[in-house]
Amino acid sequence: MTSTSTLSGRVAYVTGSTRGIGNAIARLFASHGAAVVVNGRQSAAAIAALAEELTAEAGSPCIGVHADQRDPEAVKQAYAKIFSTYGRLDILVNNAGILEDALLGMIPETSIGDTFDVNAIALIRNMQIAARLMRRGRAGSIINISSIMGIHGNPGEVVYAASKAAVIGMTKAAAKELAPTGIRVNAIAPGFIDTDMTRSIPRAAFEERLASIGMGRIGRPEDVATVALFLASDAASYVTGQVIGVDGSMVV
Amino acid sequence: MTDSEKLDRAFRTTLGLMDEVDLGETAYGRTDGWDSIAHMQLVAAIETAFGIMMDTEDVVAMSSYRVARRILRDNHDLDLDA
Repeated sequence: MTSTSTLSGRVAYVTGSTRGIGNAIARLFASHGAAVVVNGRQSAAAIAALAEELTAEAGSPCIGVHADQRDPEAVKQAYAKIFSTYGRLDILVNNAGILEDALLGMIPETSIGDTFDVNAIALIRNMQIAARLMRRGRAGSIINISSIMGIHGNPGEVVYAASKAAVIGMTKAAAKELAPTGIRVNAIAPGFIDTDMTRSIPRAAFEERLASIGMGRIGRPEDVATVALFLASDAASYVTGQVIGVDGSMVV
Repeated sequence: MTDSEKLDRAFRTTLGLMDEVDLGETAYGRTDGWDSIAHMQLVAAIETAFGIMMDTEDVVAMSSYRVARRILRDNHDLDLDA
């Protein structure tokens, strides 16, 4: 389906790409020829180092933008840097997300705001600016990372599930709105993927979730990245408004 | 081409306005063809013409040709009188 030049000449912005699924997507996109803009909020030096590493490995001119997705001004400045560096944007992967488990009655107010700010509201801000850059080329691919929990829900994840369900709603609405402009908008709903986030849950809960996966193994970040590559590429040029599960037949 | 000529061309081309139309009288929602979809196309045309990126607040506030001139002059240092 793909070659190592699948995304040659394209500029791709992957939010939350210093680790986990976002990191796998950034690395795969770079290895397929894209100039990747990596992003994170923890360390500007680490982001710059990742951009240099991808540039050296893949040969595409990658850059890093240090931006906390909760900060509207930082989100805006990230696009200013993309615009001044490349003058265009072809692919946006809205990946940055947070998970804070808490049962109803024990959910801190700050957790509700933070989760929606990062998992949902920031995605709208990103789509809004990214779509304007993409309109110029009358093409583009926006990939929003949702979750299997946004479809089925799970105890202790009312806030997380609600924020990820919001991602599906905004994806479908944006897909309809942007279809006439040639910009495609799709979502990926990963299941249980092997990341720092999932490794942080208690061992018993980890084993329980593993047992619920029909394919009998935890997903790899690369399993999600390959689907993102498909959606970003011309192979998916007639695919928009879809939510693709990457969950190995997980039952929630 | 001057900045003013570039802006006029972006407006006339995107909104399909003939030379007889006084651009100073055009406004979002009042001028035929200047609807929400055309507005985003107009913003893209302006950004491309000048190599700039407008703030979302300015995109929303750009309610007429005159306002567009003011925004572009004040916020992007273009050579446009009010």
